[in-house]
Amino acid sequence: MSGISVAFGGVSALSDVSLTVEPGQVHGLIGPNGAGKTTLFNVACGLVRPSAGRITWRGDELRRLRPSQLSTLGISRTLQGVGLFAGMTVLENVMVGAHRHARAGFFSALLALPTADKDDRLLRERAQRALAELGAESYAGRYPGSLPYPVQKRVALARALVADPDLLLLDEPASGLAEDEMHELGELIRTLSARMSVLLVEHHMDLVMRVCDQITVLDSGEQIAAGTPAEVQADPKVTEAYLGDEVVETDAAELARTEGGRNA
Amino acid sequence: MQQFLNVTLTGLTQGMIYAAFALALVLIWRSTRIVNFAQGSMAAATAFIALALIQAGWSYWVALVVALASGFLLGAVIERVIIRPVEGGPELNAVIVTLGLFVAIQALIAIVFGSSFQSFPTPFGVRGFTVGDTTIPVTPTSLYVIGSVLITMGLLVALFRFTRVGLAMRASAFGQEVARLLGVKVGRMLTLGWGLAAVVGSLSGLLIAGGGFVFPAYMDSLIVFGFVAAVLGGLDSPIGAVVGGLILGLALNYVSGYVPRGSALVNITALAILIVVLLVRPGGLFSSATARRA
Repeated sequence: MSGISVAFGGVSALSDVSLTVEPGQVHGLIGPNGAGKTTLFNVACGLVRPSAGRITWRGDELRRLRPSQLSTLGISRTLQGVGLFAGMTVLENVMVGAHRHARAGFFSALLALPTADKDDRLLRERAQRALAELGAESYAGRYPGSLPYPVQKRVALARALVADPDLLLLDEPASGLAEDEMHELGELIRTLSARMSVLLVEHHMDLVMRVCDQITVLDSGEQIAAGTPAEVQADPKVTEAYLGDEVVETDAAELARTEGGRNA
Repeated sequence: MQQFLNVTLTGLTQGMIYAAFALALVLIWRSTRIVNFAQGSMAAATAFIALALIQAGWSYWVALVVALASGFLLGAVIERVIIRPVEGGPELNAVIVTLGLFVAIQALIAIVFGSSFQSFPTPFGVRGFTVGDTTIPVTPTSLYVIGSVLITMGLLVALFRFTRVGLAMRASAFGQEVARLLGVKVGRMLTLGWGLAAVVGSLSGLLIAGGGFVFPAYMDSLIVFGFVAAVLGGLDSPIGAVVGGLILGLALNYVSGYVPRGSALVNITALAILIVVLLVRPGGLFSSATARRA
């Protein structure tokens, strides 16, 4: 994404932001509340159309990107919160995410022709595998509303992963998680980066500093810093944007402590 | 006893038709949050298409299939062309549009097919079976009505539960934006949903017409009963629509069968039930509203 600008009715939400997620890397997107992180995310998903700038994916420019094309392109996204379908079982929720791997066309699926039948089985198996990978297979037959929040978050992540994306967009995956769960999540993200690129929006600094290869910092819609976690932390503009400099200092200390564990 | 059985069976048969119509309303409500007031006229239009074919010498069954197919087409086209622009907008706009459609389609029927009463055939007899020398109140027609509605519902359940398209349709109903991000072509699912709903509505229109008379506004009372049944069941729950339909069918027939001059009270009873449900349990008997909020 380069030179992205977004304005909502004269109010500029993003101005001239550029960001590149390298293959196999975890890219963090941070900034204070209202900095435009989610807006940039929505631009990447085609939910918000930028007033200027280009989005390029694997060398091709995406014009008029629509949200429903996203999964075909190999991009998955999780939402802030969980966004699970309340009236469907956990397994069914994940099966919807596997949609792009179905081979039968729309009409043969509708008429339940044999190819479509095989498809349904394949989707079911894929979904079960994705749940198993995240340790949520025992919840397959339950409804999301009856599950604890951290489990719901794992299901939502399974739903994004089941499509086997090349780029995973994570919108605040750690919100509402306890310390140890967050730690597990960090390790999971590192494992995933072997298979796909990850763009991560997150408030929890220690998580971001621990798992990201590159970080872009936004403030009031402008890009104020970009680089490795260490570079970003050393940047005085970042410290200033976060006002409480101590936050970043503790994060630096945290990073020093966990640096060794990162590549494990 | 004989009368009780009789009233109960008639109630169940009619209740099945209300259930089918309510189900059509619920299918559309679930996917697009619109109450389709035009459902009745749409069904009436397909019944007139069937009648024209029957009068031209085709068999009832050919006419039935053509009517259901044209119902699907009508529902799909109306969603895509007329409803799409008001989807997701203010609720009142959609209500006005479906009310307008209701009137417009009814007028169109009168222009094309005339507004006189015409008798509509039924493929089976309306006289009860005899066991020994007593006549039981089960008629071939009532079996046909109950059977065809049950089969249709069974097919819908199979579609929604066991196929990928059904899965995508349910996903679209529960969260359009999320479904879209997961690669579901939500617009197409909504069109399909309207088409299917119109098929079910059309079936109820043909069943209620069987053995009686049709005229452009013959579905008007069924709209009221179907709507009450849907609200009774929670407007959001397909099972609720079916149970609501059966309860309403029974209640209305008990009123007309046992209350003196009860047949005059049928409409009032239906509306009284509607008011009581909205006052006491606005979410309906089977409301999933609380689960939805979670």
